[in-house]
Amino acid sequence: MASEALGWWGVPLAIIAGTLRGSAPFLLVSLGECLTEKSGKINLGLEGTLLMGAMSAYAVSYLTGSPWLGVIVAGVAGMFLGVIHGWLAQQPRVNDVAVGIAMIIFGSGLAFFLGKPFIQPSAPQLPTLSLAGWTQIPQLESALSISPLFILGVAIAPLMQWFFRSSRWGLLVRAVGDSPDAAKAMGISIFKVRMASIVAGSFLAGIGGASLSLFYPGSWSERISSGQGLMAVALVIFARWNPVQCLYASLLFGGAQAIGPALQSVGIDAYYYLFNASPYILTLLIMVITCSPKRTLTGAPGSLGQAQE
Amino acid sequence: MPETNAVQESIRSMIDLDGATAIFATSFGYFDPHVLALAKDFPEVQFFHCGGLYQEGVHPENVGSYFGYIDEAQYVAGVVAAHASTSKRLGFIAAKPIPQVLRNVNSFTLGARSIDPSATTQVIFTGDWADPVREAEAANSMADQGIDVLTCHVDSPKVVIETAERRGIFATGYHANQAELAPQGYLTGAEWDWSNVYKNYVSLLQGGKTLMNGGIPHLVRGGFKDGFLKLSPFGPAVSAQAQQAAETAQAQLISGELVIYKGEIKDNKGKTVIAGGKELGQTAIELEQMNWLAEGVMGSVG
Repeated sequence: MASEALGWWGVPLAIIAGTLRGSAPFLLVSLGECLTEKSGKINLGLEGTLLMGAMSAYAVSYLTGSPWLGVIVAGVAGMFLGVIHGWLAQQPRVNDVAVGIAMIIFGSGLAFFLGKPFIQPSAPQLPTLSLAGWTQIPQLESALSISPLFILGVAIAPLMQWFFRSSRWGLLVRAVGDSPDAAKAMGISIFKVRMASIVAGSFLAGIGGASLSLFYPGSWSERISSGQGLMAVALVIFARWNPVQCLYASLLFGGAQAIGPALQSVGIDAYYYLFNASPYILTLLIMVITCSPKRTLTGAPGSLGQAQE
Repeated sequence: MPETNAVQESIRSMIDLDGATAIFATSFGYFDPHVLALAKDFPEVQFFHCGGLYQEGVHPENVGSYFGYIDEAQYVAGVVAAHASTSKRLGFIAAKPIPQVLRNVNSFTLGARSIDPSATTQVIFTGDWADPVREAEAANSMADQGIDVLTCHVDSPKVVIETAERRGIFATGYHANQAELAPQGYLTGAEWDWSNVYKNYVSLLQGGKTLMNGGIPHLVRGGFKDGFLKLSPFGPAVSAQAQQAAETAQAQLISGELVIYKGEIKDNKGKTVIAGGKELGQTAIELEQMNWLAEGVMGSVG
């Protein structure tokens, strides 16, 4: 049962393991947000969607004994919140950021209200996929136990890239996001395209929530997301609205979460508040580096965040 | 309920609308200023607060405080942990370096070292009372370092206990019984026994006794002896020998034969914090101001 201590090798291992374990929620939420923003709308409410997804996945898994059913319900719960956001944010002269903040409060409030009875019990978890058949070292075996939802996210990233670049529907989404007037002239329903993008994006964020409560850390509580949904929204800007770069950025954020505890476990205990804050510092740095008053961001959809007249 | 003015509003409506005559407030931040402010407004209502330190002459006389010395149970958990561990390296996931938490870390370590003086406890501070991802990261990092028994002092021990079970290592619980979460690796746990505490209050109140007429003491504190605490039933991995040692330690704590903080005790930087021959009983005020980690704890409060 006891294994050899890894010493200093534990730090890079913990960061790699943290990356594989912890980046799935970032990845799924940021892919969802990427799709939403490509259509020209911002959905800050994905923080609430993430919590709602985490709660409903856990509750359904506990009540039915089937974690996969929980994942699906989490996605559906996300879509439900997405429909509300998609409708509200597209009303005339409505600001989508303000709606998003309201949706964070609504989504998390609803999740806390419905989730109270599920904090205590233990729900069946998603199975793990092990990539460690080749090693006998228990630490590596544990690090290489991967969430199926992470694999799903990794598969979706290049698919979404292809979707935007080469598919007819992807072009529609981009047209609506870059130049709604031109899209309208083509006879495309802006409302429907944006609604579909927001709802699909919210579905992914809901599944991201399922990965929090049914895989890692694998439990439902009110503090389960600790701001990961909002960080994932910031990450989309960092990734320049490019799904494959969303994947890289999510891996970076997942790994950053592991730094603080890993350093303390090998005896570096100075400044742990600082190390623990590394994901948040990273978000701030990204914002500072990418924001400039002089130029607009390359890759930003042309009509992003503009209210309809 | 958050520790804001909402506390005062709801206590006020409990008294005005529901006619409550005794209020129990159970979050640390409710005491000062909320409970203290209302106690002045309603001198005929009794306020009981969990965890606050009542000071005679300073605080209104219709205020009382109650809390338990749960570090006694952590000491016994340390005894069990030292028996179960093969690496003799234990892990403690703590929220913040405040006195109550440090006292639990130190008592757990002293308990373990009473069995094996070479045992050490690695402590990781997550910096937050509830941060499930960081708690899970901390548990995984410690498992990677060969630590084979974990315990914690955070709001909800669930993630720590479940992660330990998934990694195939042992865990001891905190606050309540978490045996269900880890059927293989759960050893025992330090539990509160509030039902006992509240039952006593109710029978005192029913007997017409109050804080104001001196029938109920302002400061109620207790450990195993006073029924404030209990141990979780021993898990399947606990040997008969470990059980025996734990039961002995518990009995000695109840009889007062065993004093946890008995000199000489050094901190983990080699400085003597309790001089040889000196005993600090559970009520000692020094212990409620603890700001050091005992020898054998790896970590720092700074």
